[in-house]
Amino acid sequence: MSRKLLSVCFLTLAATSALHAQTIYPLDRAEILAGSRFDLKVEFPGSPRQEDVTVTVNGAAPADVLGGPVAFVEKEDGSDRSALWIRGGSIPRPGTYKVEASAGGRSRTVSWEVFGTPERRAKNVILFIGDGLSVAHRTAARILSKGMKEGRYGGELAIDDMPAMALISTSGTDSIVTDSANAMSAYTTGHKTCVNALGVYCALNKNTLEHPKVETIGELAKRHPGGPMAVGVVTNTEIEDATPAGIVSHTRRRSDYNDIVEMFWAVKPDVIMGGGSVNFLPKSTLGSKRVDDQNFVAKFGEAGYRFAPTATAMKAAAADPSTTKLLGLFNTGNVDGALDLKFLKKGTVDKFPDQPDVAEETRAALDILSRSPTGFVLMVESGRIDKYSHSLDPERAIYDTIMLDNAVKAAKDFAGDRNDTLIMVVGDHAHPVSVVGTYDDDRPGDKLRDKLGVYAEAGFPNYEAPGPEGYPPSVDVSRRIAFVFGAYPDFCDSGKPYLAGENVPAVPVPGKRNVYAANERNCSGPMAVRREGNLGFDVSQGVHAADDVVLTATGPGSELFRGRMDNTRVFRIMATALGLAAAKKE
Amino acid sequence: MSSRPIFGRLPSRRGILAAGVALGSAGRLLPARAALAAETVTFEGLYKSFGVLGLEFSDRIVALKDRAVRIEGYMAPPLKPESDFFVLTREPLAICPFCQSDADWPLDIVVVYLRGVSPLVSAGSRVAVSGRLELGSFTDGKTGFVSQLRVVDAAYGTA
Repeated sequence: MSRKLLSVCFLTLAATSALHAQTIYPLDRAEILAGSRFDLKVEFPGSPRQEDVTVTVNGAAPADVLGGPVAFVEKEDGSDRSALWIRGGSIPRPGTYKVEASAGGRSRTVSWEVFGTPERRAKNVILFIGDGLSVAHRTAARILSKGMKEGRYGGELAIDDMPAMALISTSGTDSIVTDSANAMSAYTTGHKTCVNALGVYCALNKNTLEHPKVETIGELAKRHPGGPMAVGVVTNTEIEDATPAGIVSHTRRRSDYNDIVEMFWAVKPDVIMGGGSVNFLPKSTLGSKRVDDQNFVAKFGEAGYRFAPTATAMKAAAADPSTTKLLGLFNTGNVDGALDLKFLKKGTVDKFPDQPDVAEETRAALDILSRSPTGFVLMVESGRIDKYSHSLDPERAIYDTIMLDNAVKAAKDFAGDRNDTLIMVVGDHAHPVSVVGTYDDDRPGDKLRDKLGVYAEAGFPNYEAPGPEGYPPSVDVSRRIAFVFGAYPDFCDSGKPYLAGENVPAVPVPGKRNVYAANERNCSGPMAVRREGNLGFDVSQGVHAADDVVLTATGPGSELFRGRMDNTRVFRIMATALGLAAAKKE
Repeated sequence: MSSRPIFGRLPSRRGILAAGVALGSAGRLLPARAALAAETVTFEGLYKSFGVLGLEFSDRIVALKDRAVRIEGYMAPPLKPESDFFVLTREPLAICPFCQSDADWPLDIVVVYLRGVSPLVSAGSRVAVSGRLELGSFTDGKTGFVSQLRVVDAAYGTA
């Protein structure tokens, strides 16, 4: 037998035994906050009976270490596997824990690190997520917002001007490339999971709500022994979308929007702001996407929340010193992005003319949350950086990065010299984007590629000086930033901003199921060129990248960020700053 | 527009629910009188207000309840090549909510119940639909799918 063939046999054996071995959740090398609640699940292939399996944690019965009770399910979901569960267990004492599962002569061992936290150093934590925020978004936002002369910027972005920085790796348990659910779950629970999952490990359960759960920072903050902390969730996407949902949710499927609203109701963050009102309305209401009669706008109102359907109402509620709880729902879907809200008035601005931007939401949230004597955890998302990057719409993505910067500036102004507020700014995953030069209408030639200046010929773009919010008054200038995408479907590119509304790069091919081609509306005009997609034919938009993302931070605990870190460490550093493990001593 | 990745393994609850939407109304008969005088309606004219707390039908749509109408739009990518229903949208959908568990429908869809099972080969194409306008919350008994505005006993052709 050749060496090559031998090694193939070994690989096959390894793969086979892996297929048939037990699976233990949390997975190997999990980092678990001492005292946090989590589900232990062991899946046994072959449906063994309970008396034929053994599970130990550091040699002891699992219930003695995690608390009980133990449940054992033969043929779970009618399948050929059995499952052992401890739901809502916790381990109060830090240390290394070896979990061993055996059945039918096979065994599997995983190791967990249960970590404690020192004394609390931060009263407040503010986590800013630029959804999909990649280095090129930061660079482009800095160029447009601060300008550049002789290679030097005219100022610093608030998101850049911070003492601590780290590269954050975003991969999940299933893939090098993550999505916003999986990525946010790592930030909010400290556990890695798989694409589409929030606050759960991805086990084999059929029911998306029955996968093994891990506790979120929103839930943990509400259990702080120094008194329940205030929690804020602020976004300009639908509030049920993955990033905001990550503060409260446990589901294998991020699109369980109606269930996610119920999870918000269960945790009751003090400030909830975003779009996506339709999943709060009873099914009898025209436009509702619920399938039951629950009216969550009414329920939150009965629970003492002020309701704000507009920016004006939001500001009035925040200015009222008696307001400590606010539900702000400003759109049936996503709140419009900065370019549409402030300049072009496209998107849904005609239907919803009084929507706040993320910076205004942040200021209102800080006004309300700072009334909490026990401190707060606030998550703020500029969520459409990602959505506009999916739709290959550079200017909208860049303007929403500038909007994120304004929101971060508001938080830094709040934190001031208090030295009690940890602020972090980070993307949840990257997009394959880059700034490669400028498109200059005055360059000779009649093709789009003639208009692209690179190296010395790129020069500097000629956007007008920005207003007080940092936005140039127009994106439609003669020498503009050339912001390109590395992975795309078939689309037509004219090198110009999409002034008539968000770009729709590809549309379904008539008569073919799940096949997309360039949107012909973009294919006329003198400069339009067809770009043959480099993604699968079933992909209609740009995709995420596995590239690391940049995190910047300031405030107590921020010095722990360094070098390259896994995304789960963002949770750990927040938990450390807040003393969340100390909180769990019984 | 959704930017969520494709989720390939678990079935879509919304997709399954939507797929069953036509079950409750197959076999309804189109009144002959209504078929003769179809009023043309447009997506732009369906609602008079979009609010955070809900939408309101336009006065004309309310007046046309249970009457014959004709509306043009785009057939959303169907789940099956043949069916007795499909979803009509204002713009061609850049994504396929039937295909992706995490993709979502726009608010102003029109659910079309055909008179019988027909081939649906026009995904992404502009089509004209004629039938009887049905308004009001309707929960499909078998699937729980909720719709508010339907064209029933319908036929369609290329617009």
